[in-house]
Formats: sequence, C-alpha cells, structure tokens
Amino acid sequence: MNYELLQAAAASNTWGAILPELLLGCLALGLLVLEIVLPKKRHDLIPALAIAGQVAILVGLFINFRTGYLGETTFNGLLKHTESGQFLRAFFLLSSILVSVLGVVALAKQKMPRIEFFHIVMVVSAAMMLLAQANHFVLLFVALETITVGFYILVSYTRSNPLSLEAGLKYLIMGALSSGLLLFGIVLLYGVAGNPALPAHTAESMNFDALRLFLAANPDNVLASIGIVLVLSGVAFKVGAVPFQIWIPDVYQGAPTPVTAFLAVASKAAGFAILLILVRTFAPYASLTTPVLTIMAAATILFGNLAALTQHNVKRLLGLSGVAHAGYLLLGVVAVSATNSALAVGAIQFYLFAYLLASFAVFGVMTHVAGMDDADQDLDHYADLGKTHPFLATVLAIGLGSLAGIPPLAGFMGKLLIFIAAFKAGLYGLLGVAIFGVVISIYYYFGWIKAAFFSTWKAEGAPDTRPARTEVSITARLTLASLALASIILGFYQGPFGDWLMLR
Amino acid sequence: MNTLPVDPLLLSIATPLVVALAIGLGLQKRHSVKLAYVGFGVPALIAVWLWSQFPGDPGASYVFMTRYNTGLQDLGFTLALGLNGISMPLYVMAGIVGLAAGLYAIQSGAERLKVYLMLLLVMQGGLMGVFASIDIFFFYFFHELALIPTFIMVGIWGGRDRSYAAMKMTIYLTAGAMLSLIGLIAIYLKSGAETFDMITLRTELMMHPMEFVTQKYIFGILMVGFGTLVSLWPLHTWAPLGYGAAPSSAAMLHAGVLKKFGLYGLIQIALPLVPAGAAHWAMPLAVLGVVGNVLIIGFITIAQRDLKQMIGYSSVMHMGYAFLGIACLSTLGAGGVVLMMVAHGLSVALLFLLSTCVYHRTHTFDMADMGGLAQKTPVLAAFFVTATMASIGLPGLANFWGELAIFVAAWDFSPTLTALSVAGVVISAIYGLRSAARVFFGPTSEQFNGVIAAHPPADLRWSEKIPALILIIALLFIGFWPKSLSTPLDSALRALYPAVEAPAAQVVSR
Repeated sequence: MNYELLQAAAASNTWGAILPELLLGCLALGLLVLEIVLPKKRHDLIPALAIAGQVAILVGLFINFRTGYLGETTFNGLLKHTESGQFLRAFFLLSSILVSVLGVVALAKQKMPRIEFFHIVMVVSAAMMLLAQANHFVLLFVALETITVGFYILVSYTRSNPLSLEAGLKYLIMGALSSGLLLFGIVLLYGVAGNPALPAHTAESMNFDALRLFLAANPDNVLASIGIVLVLSGVAFKVGAVPFQIWIPDVYQGAPTPVTAFLAVASKAAGFAILLILVRTFAPYASLTTPVLTIMAAATILFGNLAALTQHNVKRLLGLSGVAHAGYLLLGVVAVSATNSALAVGAIQFYLFAYLLASFAVFGVMTHVAGMDDADQDLDHYADLGKTHPFLATVLAIGLGSLAGIPPLAGFMGKLLIFIAAFKAGLYGLLGVAIFGVVISIYYYFGWIKAAFFSTWKAEGAPDTRPARTEVSITARLTLASLALASIILGFYQGPFGDWLMLR
Repeated sequence: MNTLPVDPLLLSIATPLVVALAIGLGLQKRHSVKLAYVGFGVPALIAVWLWSQFPGDPGASYVFMTRYNTGLQDLGFTLALGLNGISMPLYVMAGIVGLAAGLYAIQSGAERLKVYLMLLLVMQGGLMGVFASIDIFFFYFFHELALIPTFIMVGIWGGRDRSYAAMKMTIYLTAGAMLSLIGLIAIYLKSGAETFDMITLRTELMMHPMEFVTQKYIFGILMVGFGTLVSLWPLHTWAPLGYGAAPSSAAMLHAGVLKKFGLYGLIQIALPLVPAGAAHWAMPLAVLGVVGNVLIIGFITIAQRDLKQMIGYSSVMHMGYAFLGIACLSTLGAGGVVLMMVAHGLSVALLFLLSTCVYHRTHTFDMADMGGLAQKTPVLAAFFVTATMASIGLPGLANFWGELAIFVAAWDFSPTLTALSVAGVVISAIYGLRSAARVFFGPTSEQFNGVIAAHPPADLRWSEKIPALILIIALLFIGFWPKSLSTPLDSALRALYPAVEAPAAQVVSR
C-alpha cells in the first residue's frame, strides 16, 4: 500500500465519530491510574467517580444525539452511524452505569479487588457501543471478542467461589466454540464473495454493503448458505437461543449478580443488535434465514419457559426466562427477516429497553437479598420480603410483572408491539407458540412474587436459612425507584420516546 | 360536555389510582382511610351524575368524549374515553359496586389494611377505565390493570387454598386474556384500519367488512378468550375456586364487575365488528352456555354445601343466560344481556357481601353447620332473602328484566334452548331458596349452638348495612324503572347492530 492510499484511508478515520467510546475507554484507564495514585482509604471515591463519569458521557451523547455523522460510514466502511446505533449506544452506556451501581452493592460483600471490575465493565461497554454500529465483519469480530474476553474475567470474578470459577470455565469453552463457528462462517462468506468466477464478486467482501450486493447476485450459493448459517449460529450463542443455550443456567448462576445482569441485558442486546444488522445484510437469503430463525425462535420460547418452571435458584430461573425472552425477540427478528418491517425493528428496540428496565430492577433487588455466597440465591430466601422490606418487594414485583408482560408495565407494550409486528408478517404459528410461552411464564414469575409476598406456613423452631439482607443505600434506592417508575410509565405513556422509536 | 374544566371520565379513573399511589407512597393509616372514601366515592358520584345527564337517544355516538395522545397515536393507540348506550349502564354499575365494595373494605379491619385498600383502589380505577374506553387497546389495558390486584388479594387475604386458587386463577385468566389480545390484534390488522379506535374501526368495517373466513377465526378466538374470562363452560373451573378463596371485596368487584369485561367485549366489539363470524359461532356458543353453564353448573350448584362456593357457582351459571342472549344476535338479546350484566353485578356483589357477614356470625361457610340464624339476625336474613330473590329473577328487582328480554329474544333463535334455559330459573330457585332456608331458618345445628354460645351473633352493623343498602336500592331502582337504562341502550344497539341483524336472519333461514 503506497503512501497516498494510506493517507486517503486515514482521512476517513473521523475520530470524533466515536468520541463516546473513546471517552469511556479513557475513563476506564483513568480509574486504574487513580487506584495507584490515590491513598488506599480514598479508594471508595473511585466507583462514584466511575458512575459520575459514565453519566456525564451519557448526557453528552444525548446532547449530541443527532450528530452530523448520521447516515454516513466512517473508518473506511468499518462503522455505519444510524439512529438505531445511537439508541443502542445510549442503551449500552445506561446498562454499564446500572451494572456499576449494582457492582458497588455486590462487591461490598466480597473481599475482592474493586476497581478492576468497573474498568472491565466500561471497556466491555465501549466494545458493545462500537458493535452496535458495525458495518464490517472484521470490526464485528474484534468488538465481539473484546466483549467476550471481558466477560471471561467478569464471570469468574469472585475467584474464591468454585461455582464462579466453574461458570468462567464453561463460558470460556462455550464462548471459544461460538467464536470459532462465527469465524468459520465469516471466512466462508469472505472466500465465496471474493471468488472472481462469480458475478458481483468484490474485494471488500467483509463489508456488509458489498456482501449484500454479492448475495443478491448469487441467490443459491451453497458455500454462502453454510456461511450464513454458521454466522447466525455464532450469534445465537451470544443471545442464548436454542440449541446454543446450554451454557446459560450454570454461567448465570456462577457469575456475580451484577455480571449476570450485564450478561442478561447488555450481552443479549448486543447479540440482537448484530442479528438485526446481519439479517438485513442476508436479506437476499431470506428464504434460508427465515425458516432457520423461525425454528430457533419456537424452540427457544418453549425451552426457556418449560425449563424455568422447575427452577428454585432465582439466578437460574432468570437465566432460563432470559432464554424465553430471547425467543420473543427472535420472533421480532423473524418478522424483520420475512418482511423487512421497520415496525419490527422498533418493536425489538422497545422490547430491549423495557427488558433493561425490568431486569435491572429485579437484579438490583437480588443483589440486596443475596448473602455472602452469591451463587446460592433460592426462592425461599425471598420469604416475607414484602413484610420486612416493602420497598424491595414492590420493585421486585414491578420488575417481574414487566418481565411477565403484564399491563400496565413496559414489558407488556414490548410484547404487544412484537406480537403486532409478527402478526403483520403473518407468523401465526410462532405467535401461537409465543402466547403459550407467556401463559406458562406466568407460573414461575408469579411463583416468585408469591414467595416474596404471600406468607407461608413454617414449622416452629425451623432454622432460618435466609441470608441477611443488605441495607438499601440512597443511590441504590433512587436507581431502583426510577427503574420501577419508568417501567410503569412506559407501560401507558410512551410519549415522544415511543413515537420516535416506532416511527422512524 | 367540553365546557367542563376537567374530563369527568378521566377523573373517575384517575382519582382511585392517585389515591392508591398516595397510600403506596406511605401515607399514614388514618389519612389513608379517609382518602380511600374519596377514592371510591368520586367515581360513584361521577357515574351516577353522568347517568342522569345521559341523553335518551344517543344512537351510535359516544358522549363525554375526549382523546389523549399517549405517544403511539400514529400506530393507532389513543387514550379515547367516552360512553355510549352500551357502556353507560355498566359504567354506572361499576361505580356503584365499587363504592359498596370499597365502603365494606374500609370498615372490614383487614390485616395490612393499607395495602388492601391500595389494591382495591387500583382495581376500581381499572374497572372505571374498562367501560369508559373507546380504544380497544386501553379497554384491554384497564382490564388487566384491574385483574392483577385480584390475584394478589386472593393470594394474601384469601381463605382456604388461597395459594392454589390464586395461581389457578392467574393462569386461566392470563390465558384467556392473551387469546383475546390476539383476537383484538387480528381486528386491528385485518380491518385494514390499523387503529384500535372503536369508532374508526366501526365505520371502516361497516363499509368494507372482513372476509367470512377471517371473521370466523377472529370471533372463534375472541369467543374462547373472552369466554374463559367470563367462565364459559368448560373453561370455568377457576371461578368457584377463586371466588371461594377471594376476600369479599375482591370477590364483589371481580364477580360483579370485572368478569363482565368478556361479555361486554363480545357485545361492544365482537358482534358489531365481526357479525358474520358471530353468526357462524352462535349455535355452539348458545349450546355451551345453556347446556354447560345453565344446566350442568346449575346442578353442581345445587350440590354445594359451602355458601361462598355456591355463590361462585351460581355466578358461573348465570353467565349461561348471557351467552344465550349474545347468540341471539339481535338488539333485544344483546340489550337483555347488558341489563342482566348490570343486575347480576349488583346482586352477586350483594350476595358475596352478605355471605361474609354470615361467616362473621357463624364462623363457617358450611351450610350444613348453620341454621336458625334469622332469629338472632333478622335484618341480615331479610337482606339475604332479598338478594336471593334478585338472583332468582323475581319481578320488581333488576334481574327480572334482563332475563325476560333474553328469553323473549332466544325464542326466535331456538325454542329448545330457551325452554332448557328457563328450566335454569327453577334450578336457581332451588339452590337459592334452599341456601336461605338452611342458613336462616329451620332448627339450629348442634355445632352452631356451640358457636352461638361462644360468640353470640349480633345483627348487621351499619358498616355492613350501608354497602348492602346501596346495592339493594340500586337493584330496586332498576327493577322498577329499567327504562332509565334501556332507552339509551336500545338506541345505541339499534344504530350499531344493523350489520348483525342481517346475517342472523341468513343463518336461521339456512
């Protein structure tokens, strides 16, 4: 590559376009520096600083929401800036903030290094924000690996707990396998799209726009079909769709609760962000992707709900119910794949946002109820929560209700919008499965609420197995209250936010 | 009506919800109780006032109409409030029953009274919203809003088997609600209008009705979905169990008002919008209603020993008449059903209220262990007999008119089914009068003698009398002057059902 070419390429590196990610990365590094610089008794300032810094970046992102880069590609086609991307950036930043808040609560119970936790969370979030704007397989893979490697550390963070280590190992092996599948799929697509013997072959075969044109010109290529299925499988691992869901319960149980929340919300959302981009890239192969995704969605909804029915450990329960949620979201993805409906894209994003609000509310309560052993969180530990901690119990009920999709909560609107999009796409069979799933899910969500509110008979003198509950700090109280309130308000008043999301 | 400073309908929905919120935010118990009177009183006053202001000839139009944009207007979601001739009687009934249930709850001295009142107020807000909504989405939304507190109240304050009952109720009713939701989404999309607004949907479908096959599926889904919510046989099993376990105010509101949601949905939404589908399903619906609900459940009701379970079963049984009335596909049948819904709501709420009063005196719901209570509590006995008479359908009380209209309309539809359902009146007379006799008259059982010795029963207190009197007065008022409800009702049904009459005639002639 000669000098002029290099210069031309560098001209497209508009660093200003990824300012939020850069700032987040600098903040993450700054935390490590502060840990060395500050005296030890001042270290409790650092998490507060981390949270404040992230909030500042989020505010900055909102101020500059309609940036001049919208609709453009930068970094030689690596990134494509869209309004969806802007939404997802804010989404990942918000979940990073919430994970940090939960992290403060959960780490206080463990003898662990603190600062690195926040550092890794922020680096992973920055990678997710980049991922949401990916327009190229190289960037997609690099960002995805940054996320996955970060999660290897986070999942096994409480290294004194064997379950956490086991979870880390499982995640490592499964993650490596899924990366392998993804990479193999990418290579096949790269190879076949660069084949000079085929029409519309391209030198830029990693670029999504070029790839779409190639796929449109070669509608029945076997290698491309295999590549597409492998790429989809790799992503299905990340969202935990059947048949790639086996890692979910163990990893969710072993990981520290804030990390479980991070996995459940942000990692899943990242998977769906890629999936939405990929499904539209693979649009010429819709006759292949639609049935594959349809079967996956149906199996995911059924498996997640049925498996969650028998769980007593709430982390496993949430993990499996999260599988079911991935299934409902896949229903929306199928609608996008089948009809390229903008309504379905909006519905998926609304659903993800409602899921974020509800999940963090529930995980927030869980961090307060959990004892020293983070992996041991049983339904029985919630007994009488309604009497002793009415605030936590109310937030829990609202969060679970929203997850179950009960009006007047945001989760209901998310499900309704996805169902409407699916109905419009003519997916009646899948819709029937989804309805069945929702009805089953009521049993375990309601069972949990029951455990927290309804008084149960207890033998006299029976030992109390419930771990001591953590005091709710002002920050945590405010955070949980606003999550619950937002879940309620979004349920009946979507306002300009809903209008913008659904009708872009 | 736009000259008013505030929208009365919105006010009637918001007041209970705001009061519930205030209590939830940690208001003191003293103030909570006082504020709860406002929360239950305002909707009832507004309801009665709007009733008196209601025009006699509204036709198809809605009165007191307002619209609010909640953000997704362009997708067809609008909070549109208003009353037409069909919804007005039910809205009024919701206000009155809510007031009675609320007054009783405030004085009940239940454990954790604040939470109890809060949930009941949320329920009341939802109920007012169900009947005031023109938008189908919000119609469904408010129903669920009212439904959730029911589960929690059964679970916390319920009687025997409360945990099981709450779970069963939740799953059945969620399943029913989800099915209805799919039916409503189908209407939203298949009508081509892509809006949940009833008025637009109606004008659109009057001009371009949906294809017959589509209508057939939609009405089938709605029939099963709404049917589950209304306890259509054989999907009724949640009802007696749930009502048997529910605390009295929750049972009053659910059995009295909330359960009417499904029937209201069939009359207000399904029949006018998918008339051909309704004609297709009319016969199965009527047979299930008459043979299943009226006869089978009727006989089961006779066999009950538990007073509250018996009332629960009897309310399932009375729904059979409503299904028959809907199946007639005529203005007379549908009008009869609406009148019956109002009357049944009032009378079943009264029965649940009085059965709890009986329990407080006998400390058992088992009717075999009671007897001769009338000597100790004459007023309670008189009220109970009145309620029983109302529920049997004695002239002079509200229930008579609805059932009469249904039977007259049903004769044109199917004389056999009409004859069978009239037999139901005899069945309800048997169990109604037998229960009154077992509880209040006859010899006192030995076990009951022991209870009396331990706790000498007193007659009704004012805190029990007032809610009961409110319901009895409403029953008598409508019983003697049904025209106050039926005139606007007829006018609305005539305007809304032109499409219904024709296919019905076709089906009959086939």
